[in-house]
Amino acid sequence: MSVSCIAAKYKDDESMSVKLFLVTVAVVLSLAGCANLGVEPWQRSVLAKPEMQLISDPLSAGLDDHIYFSKEASSGGRGFAGGGCGCN
Amino acid sequence: MQLMKPKKIRHALTAATCGLLGVNSSDSLGEEGDWSFDSAVLYYSEVDRVTAVEPVISATRDFGEERALNLKFVFDTLSGASANGATPSDQPQTFTRPSGKGAYTAAAEETPLDDTFRDNRFALSSQWEQPINRDYKTGFGINFSTEYDYSSLSANANLSRDFNKRNTTLNTGLSLAYDTVNPEGNIPFGLSSMVIDNGQANYRSEFNATRGDSEENKDILDLIIGLTQVIDRKTIMQVSYSFSDVSGYLTDPFKIVSVVGDDGRPLEYRYEQRPDGRQKQSLYWQVKHQFETDILDLSYRYFWDDWGITSHTIDLRYRWILDGRHYLEPHIRYYDQSEADFYRRFLIQGESLPDHVSADYRLGNMQALTVGIRYGMALRNEQELSLRLEYYLQSNDNTESVVPGILNDVELYPDVEAIIVQLGFKF
Repeated sequence: MSVSCIAAKYKDDESMSVKLFLVTVAVVLSLAGCANLGVEPWQRSVLAKPEMQLISDPLSAGLDDHIYFSKEASSGGRGFAGGGCGCN
Repeated sequence: MQLMKPKKIRHALTAATCGLLGVNSSDSLGEEGDWSFDSAVLYYSEVDRVTAVEPVISATRDFGEERALNLKFVFDTLSGASANGATPSDQPQTFTRPSGKGAYTAAAEETPLDDTFRDNRFALSSQWEQPINRDYKTGFGINFSTEYDYSSLSANANLSRDFNKRNTTLNTGLSLAYDTVNPEGNIPFGLSSMVIDNGQANYRSEFNATRGDSEENKDILDLIIGLTQVIDRKTIMQVSYSFSDVSGYLTDPFKIVSVVGDDGRPLEYRYEQRPDGRQKQSLYWQVKHQFETDILDLSYRYFWDDWGITSHTIDLRYRWILDGRHYLEPHIRYYDQSEADFYRRFLIQGESLPDHVSADYRLGNMQALTVGIRYGMALRNEQELSLRLEYYLQSNDNTESVVPGILNDVELYPDVEAIIVQLGFKF
């Protein structure tokens, strides 16, 4: 029986727990799927380099987030959407 | 002139940093090499509008066993002018300054710009990271910023869990912030009509009648959950979902909306009024891959909120390694945004006043493009010097179904152009 069939059996007032269940299933499945990916600890020489970090230059990233937060209506994504300025 | 040796500079800066924080530097100074510094000066300048100069310094101390403390200071000085939201006209226009003392004018056919503000912002943040055990890691941070009429205080915490030989990391974060705005001249009543000083005897009392409390606040709750996955020896990927709930005063007290007649000429200006709550969500995806030596960094964000705004952001960087010590990094970013439900470029006399309205171009239909390049050079002792030059162009689209009279002959949606220059030094 598929996940959607199971979910369909839930009543409306249980929709929140259904969503929670589906999210849990999705996370567990993706974690299981991820188990096939990756490297051994001794194969990390490239990934350990500072320039290979997801945010390799936190200072520039912070300055950019501040500019775009001030000039556009969107924020967040790689970090907290935040606030912290009057921003004209 | 004899240059200070790196060791001495590091000690001097550590002492200065600790002094500013009120921390005893002799206690926190560890063995040589424990502190590392990252500094930058950003210059941001819009054509005919805002100019900002922003020096930043970040100090990180490694306490070993993956425990680290980071302190960051940002000083931001702003000057220039900002669009107040009003439409251009074929006649000069006069606007009351936010304080109520005096006025500023916009020439005929020019976008009305409020040149009142000139502000300095000072921000301090601290972040502590440490492992809990082999698989779990946690972090806590506090941020504070203050400027002339605005202050913000926030705290955050995060927890991450490693799986699959540390190839998969699940990260969750929570941030709470409390912001206060206290503009000179107090908070204007939303949708009230701007009082202009035409020499009337009771101007001041008329102006005061449009003003409420001296300050307003907003609360911000941010949640983020992300998954980072090592794909292979040279590729890493991340996906994350973030949710932000903002409640309180979200209106910009300096922005107004023109109410125009059938000929398109302004009859009055109303202070804008935004909803007192906003829920923002975003999905973010990023991949980083090293080719032979060059590195590709690609990300995409989909953003949506309950104001009706959706946006797409694509960001691409390619680090081209020239040799072991030099690199060039071209950068392109494209941003596309749909307008807020209550965004209006102007109101037309006779139509009923909406509950919420803003003519702030930042809430309108918009596309923005950033193109730039960064040059980096590795120096001795793991020091690095970098220079980045970027050009930012923002364009807005018309979504008004009726554009009356003279408004067809003026530029309602001028482009915003800016130059970004950043000099960085890691040591």
